[in-house]
Amino acid sequence: MRLAGFYTFAAVVALLPMLFPTNYFVTVVGASAGLHVILAVGLNLLMGYAGQISLGHAAFFGMGAYASAILTTRFGWPSLLALAAGLLVAGAIAWLLARPILRLRGHYLAMATLGFGIIVHVVMVQATRWTGGPDGLAGVPPLNLLGWAVEGDLQWYGVIMAAMLLAVWLSLNLVDSQFGRALRAVHGSEFAAQMMGIDIGRAKTQVFVVSALFAAFAGSLFAHQQAFVSPDSFNLIVSVELVTMVVLGGMASTFGAACGAIALTLLHQGLVVFEDYEMVIHGALLMAVMIFLPQGLFVGLSQGARRLWATVPRKP
Amino acid sequence: MLEQFFQFLVTGVTVGSLYALVGLGFALIYNASDVVNFAQGEFVMLGAMTAIALLGAGLPLPLAAIAATLAAILVGLLLERFAIEPAQGASVVTTIIITIGAAIFLRGVALLLWGKDFHALPSFSGDAPIHLGGATVLPQSLWVLGVTVLLVGLVRAFFNHTLLGKALLACSFNRAAAQLVGINVRVMLRLAYGLSAGLGAIAGILIAPITFSSYEAGVMLGLKGFSAAIVGGIGNPMGAVAGGVLLGLLEALGAGLISSGYKDAIAFLFVLMVLFFEPAGLFGRKVAERV
Amino acid sequence: MKNLWQTALAALLLCAGLNPASGAEPIKIGSFLAVTGPASFLGDPELKTLQMYVEDLNAKGGVKGRKLELIHYDTGGNAKDAVSFVKRLIKNDNVDLIIGGTTTGDTLAVIPDVEKEGIPFISLAGAVDIIEPVKKWVFKTPHTDRMAVAKIYEDLRKRGLTKVAIITGDGGFDKSGREQLLKLAPQYGITIVADESYGNKDTDMTAQLTKIRATDAQAIINFGLGQAPAIVTKNIKQLGITLPLYQSHGVASKTFIDLAGDAAEGARLPAAALVVAEQLPDTDPQKPVLLAYKNKYEAKHGPVSTFGGHAYDGLMIAVAAIQQAGGTDKAKVRDEIEKTQGFIGTAGVFNTTPQDHMGLTVDAFKLVEIRNGSWKIVQ
Repeated sequence: MRLAGFYTFAAVVALLPMLFPTNYFVTVVGASAGLHVILAVGLNLLMGYAGQISLGHAAFFGMGAYASAILTTRFGWPSLLALAAGLLVAGAIAWLLARPILRLRGHYLAMATLGFGIIVHVVMVQATRWTGGPDGLAGVPPLNLLGWAVEGDLQWYGVIMAAMLLAVWLSLNLVDSQFGRALRAVHGSEFAAQMMGIDIGRAKTQVFVVSALFAAFAGSLFAHQQAFVSPDSFNLIVSVELVTMVVLGGMASTFGAACGAIALTLLHQGLVVFEDYEMVIHGALLMAVMIFLPQGLFVGLSQGARRLWATVPRKP
Repeated sequence: MLEQFFQFLVTGVTVGSLYALVGLGFALIYNASDVVNFAQGEFVMLGAMTAIALLGAGLPLPLAAIAATLAAILVGLLLERFAIEPAQGASVVTTIIITIGAAIFLRGVALLLWGKDFHALPSFSGDAPIHLGGATVLPQSLWVLGVTVLLVGLVRAFFNHTLLGKALLACSFNRAAAQLVGINVRVMLRLAYGLSAGLGAIAGILIAPITFSSYEAGVMLGLKGFSAAIVGGIGNPMGAVAGGVLLGLLEALGAGLISSGYKDAIAFLFVLMVLFFEPAGLFGRKVAERV
Repeated sequence: MKNLWQTALAALLLCAGLNPASGAEPIKIGSFLAVTGPASFLGDPELKTLQMYVEDLNAKGGVKGRKLELIHYDTGGNAKDAVSFVKRLIKNDNVDLIIGGTTTGDTLAVIPDVEKEGIPFISLAGAVDIIEPVKKWVFKTPHTDRMAVAKIYEDLRKRGLTKVAIITGDGGFDKSGREQLLKLAPQYGITIVADESYGNKDTDMTAQLTKIRATDAQAIINFGLGQAPAIVTKNIKQLGITLPLYQSHGVASKTFIDLAGDAAEGARLPAAALVVAEQLPDTDPQKPVLLAYKNKYEAKHGPVSTFGGHAYDGLMIAVAAIQQAGGTDKAKVRDEIEKTQGFIGTAGVFNTTPQDHMGLTVDAFKLVEIRNGSWKIVQ
């Protein structure tokens, strides 16, 4: 019963391509939304549950993507090995960074993560010999899963959705584990958590690493799916977008983060037809949602629905 | 070599004072509400773009500048009244997202009003460079420097010596307590947004002759201003200025002595180091956390 | 939702063996441009040009009796969006060909999809990598950065200058320009004595220029887009540097002169003939084409830039190819684009071949100098 929401979600994800196998909005936008869900769910562990903001999460996303792109194109590594290397690099950097950076609070933490994101972005732009510079790195080979090369939008939809469901499932389980409870305690009051015998430094480090791993994993898939990486997919704006997804959907809720990721992806596709008016509408919508549903779309709406349900008169 | 180094220093200070001026606005709103206003850069852009448009419409420069500042203050007040006030009680992160939404919205409005082109404002006192020892400086940079010093002094005096300023500060320390001693928190918040929008606009008008302006100009300036305010210790106007100048110096020295391509990385690496050793910025107020 | 139904309907029609592409069906031209974002001063005039001429062609009865329909998405200069919008154009909108890709990054990112799906694509971006090596379905209309560099170096050689300092931005255009500057230097006997860079949104480049001042450079070359080259130009004057300054074709718009003001006097750059259309001799076959485009654009949108001209060239080459091919069969249209010969566009005279998917030569560029706030051809 605990995972009822998960099974419903999985069923919808599986059903969509069967109904619309060639529809752009399912296979292409859906795949893009799937990657965003992995990123948002990972970031939500850090932001929503542990209460630590990160304005540099695109850096980990980029590390995964560039590790896969560089190792497969320049060194001919098999894609799964490159993926693992990407996870290792991002995880190690997150681990090294976690202690000093997570000592900071609030806006200072925001600043430090933002600075980290900018440094990584500058390296992507300037280290032309390795990264291809601002124009990026083309010709990333298809993802090879033990002999099966993933190609075409429909196959990619399948792979990314499977990865996304895995991420959501992991997140749901993590949150319910002892680890999750420790995180929430840290969020509530670090002092109290410490009193309860929780090693705060360790809990924070772990969640930072886990959320970096989610991002790097999405990055690897992204590099193979696009067959191309360039720094503008991993800049500050992307980091801010990721934070927006988490908050928009509803913090401290795995489905909230997922919902925010999907909503923002669709919004972007939907608004592009308004051309010059896109920005005004985007900004106004973002403000309106946060003003009227400060807990986020998913959390706010589901609470509203519950309240509405409670007011429905029932027969005795 | 020494002459070269001197120019790097001069460049650093002039660029830094520009960041400092933008950073001041961040400090002001933070002082009143504990919120970092991500639309602060857009106030800077609005000030510059409005002044440019009014000048183009035939207004003399001083009048255009004043009108643009007033227009930005109005936008600041509207933003507070219609976006921040209705969300009272929302978490800080939610408020931040609202200001991000506001930033996108204002950028969109500027795009519709003034198109995508870059525009310049004429320099206030010509473009003839002034020689300082072996280094040169534009007269406009001196304007920026001078006004920054003046505004910092004013902001400081306002917080330290006026009742209104102290009331504003009280709101950020403890909103409920401020309310209890009879401070109208709502009015104070409006005041803070209005003032910092005005500060932003003045910054925008002063730096537009150097950096030019377009509907997107606020993004970068906002980022640098935010960094300046944080490095200095957010909420401290003097800190914002120190942070801005530090950032400017780091960029100029990084570009001049190490590598121009990596200068932003060098500057932010240094910022990270500062934060690792001074987790509340250089001049931040160290407040014990409530348990 | 509407798109969903349209897709479903189209699928149904196909199943029934009906061909939806009857004579009355419009010719769908897909486009993805960086209309906002840092490259908007390129993408914006490109979009305006496409819209203007599609309207114009339709008013004249369309092409082969079919109306043109322009479907456009704004990428904001983001390669990720470019990829997804190109997929949308191909799969959802079923366009017949694509004209777009304002920046090199956007263009390179979509090439795999374009090649896989087999759809004619005319890019509006600069870098030589787009057409070298040749890709079957990919063409481009703007001059390459290599040609711009060659033009600058030729002029340096004429003036007997051999030591140059280069300063470039951190964008795609800037970086690939820098690469060409470094690559071609030995061929022209030029030594690069300083190689500086800046961020495209930086507000001050005096630190880099101070370093350049301390070298024995005889000229400065700046490759960049947007407002940054104007700041570089002003900073050079501020520092009292009097070396000859060369800019790239990326600043060939009136905005640059307006922003840089007096400091821009004497700067030289390679540019398409469009900016000096009036100064061309009447015998120049390009002159009437340039003036017609310029007058039409300026009547509606204000000062013309060379960037919109690339979109004009792309659209007209495509239209001519559709006319030659007698329809919108993708393979035939592609073949006809490749056979373009002697087409007079705003960028020059195009002679496309299977080996050269651009078809311009170095003399399509004019070397111009800024004099009294306007462009003058350097003889």
